[in-house]
Amino acid sequence: MSKVAMDVPAKGGFSFDLCKRNAMLAKDGVQLPPFRKTGTTIVGLIFQDGVILGADTRATEGPIVADKNCEKIHYLAPNIYCCGAGTAADTEAVTDMVSSQLNLHRYHTGRQSRVVTALTYLKKHLFSYQGHVSAALVLGGVDFTGPHLHTIYPHGSTDTLPFATMGSGSLAAMAIFESKYKEGLTREEGIQLVTEAICSGIFNDLGSGSNVDICVITKDNKEYLRNHLQPNPRTYVSPKQYSFTKKTEVLLTKITPLKEKVEVIQAGDAMEE
Amino acid sequence: MELNSAKPGLLCSLEASQSQRTMYPYVTGTSVVALKYKDGILMAADMGGSYGSTLRYKSVERMKPIGKHCLIGASGEISDFQEVLRYLDELTLNDKMCDDGNSLGPKEIHSYLTRVMYNRRNKFDPLWNSLVLGGVKNGQTYLGMVTMIGVNFEDNHIATGFGNHLARPILRDEWREDLSFEDGVKLLEKCMRVLLYRDRSAVNKLQIANITEEGVTISQPYSLRTFWGFSAFINPTPGAQ
Repeated sequence: MSKVAMDVPAKGGFSFDLCKRNAMLAKDGVQLPPFRKTGTTIVGLIFQDGVILGADTRATEGPIVADKNCEKIHYLAPNIYCCGAGTAADTEAVTDMVSSQLNLHRYHTGRQSRVVTALTYLKKHLFSYQGHVSAALVLGGVDFTGPHLHTIYPHGSTDTLPFATMGSGSLAAMAIFESKYKEGLTREEGIQLVTEAICSGIFNDLGSGSNVDICVITKDNKEYLRNHLQPNPRTYVSPKQYSFTKKTEVLLTKITPLKEKVEVIQAGDAMEE
Repeated sequence: MELNSAKPGLLCSLEASQSQRTMYPYVTGTSVVALKYKDGILMAADMGGSYGSTLRYKSVERMKPIGKHCLIGASGEISDFQEVLRYLDELTLNDKMCDDGNSLGPKEIHSYLTRVMYNRRNKFDPLWNSLVLGGVKNGQTYLGMVTMIGVNFEDNHIATGFGNHLARPILRDEWREDLSFEDGVKLLEKCMRVLLYRDRSAVNKLQIANITEEGVTISQPYSLRTFWGFSAFINPTPGAQ
């Protein structure tokens, strides 16, 4: 009887087994390692021909900038992209997983993916994990029914909006959107507004910084403008490059090619077992 | 009985001090936004007093003139703001009684308020406000802010409460020296509109106060126009039908 109870894992959903242990450890003063969060500004807006998504490129680990130029706009389908805020691992994993699911679905149906399909996959997954998968997403894309823009919160609720912001810099970016957005923007106006909103997040929020990434999705086309704007360049770069002080003497320069030290085994043997 | 009489002073004073501390704010006002312009200071605040999550009072004047040269605006606990006004009344009255032809300017009042707020915070009995102090004296415009823990600074544009997150990015982007009166009002209204959309404790009834060398004028209350006609609001999921 006891043997059987141990074997079968619970089907689907989050396994809360270790939560009690974690709570006990926390009481004894053991701290969880800090997650790599994307303290972030991500935005999206609908313009006359489609959707524009924007994101900053800073990933933070507590007070430290872990990645100065990370990619927060994730691919879901040829016509659907998703910006992610929250825990970096969670946003990466969730968008990767839904991207594969959408791919399989496309093979099954033989049609272009719809944005609401991606939305449903994402919200189902996030809801089943009750908010523990800390991913806040701005999902945008264009399918045959038109352009769509949605926000998805870590607990699984979604909104459909004409313009949206998420992340720690969302208030700064939303201030720009609320004061300047109108329907029927052209492509240039849309990109300009998104850049302004992300810059507002970069300069007014400590969790966001570095560069601006933009992704423009229209009915037949998508453009991923990586590092569209770089408003934080390194201002001082020494023109002389790094040079050794005069007292250091280079004694010997010898190049040892490493290829000779590697033995090439017959391909095919190891794998066939 | 014996216990009480043994240490009467200690017990009574402890209770007395507990009952007079501000532990949490009850009736609060939301953000105040202010900026310097060509002729002086423009300040905007809505007229809402929230009791927790209820919008209870809708005609609270959160901006008041002080003396001849100053304008004070407050966010946070309304009763503490009324106390601050009483302190300032005493201060200006005593100054008037000196009758030396000099009146307190904005810098002096700002300094006084900083001392008051910081000392109360050190006694763990803060005045739960963020005060915005603006004024013009002898041609010099001054705009500053004091928070409930005593943080004080002077700047070209100020925002308290939610305005810190929503209005400050707009002001940083669009404020410039020598704004005209109309441009200043437009900029303030832009900030107040965003706050109205995105701050749950905001009310659509605001006043704009103007202080110049000539004096203070606080406008009549009025409302901002809002726009809700986005097609995504009318039909959120056209693709899902």
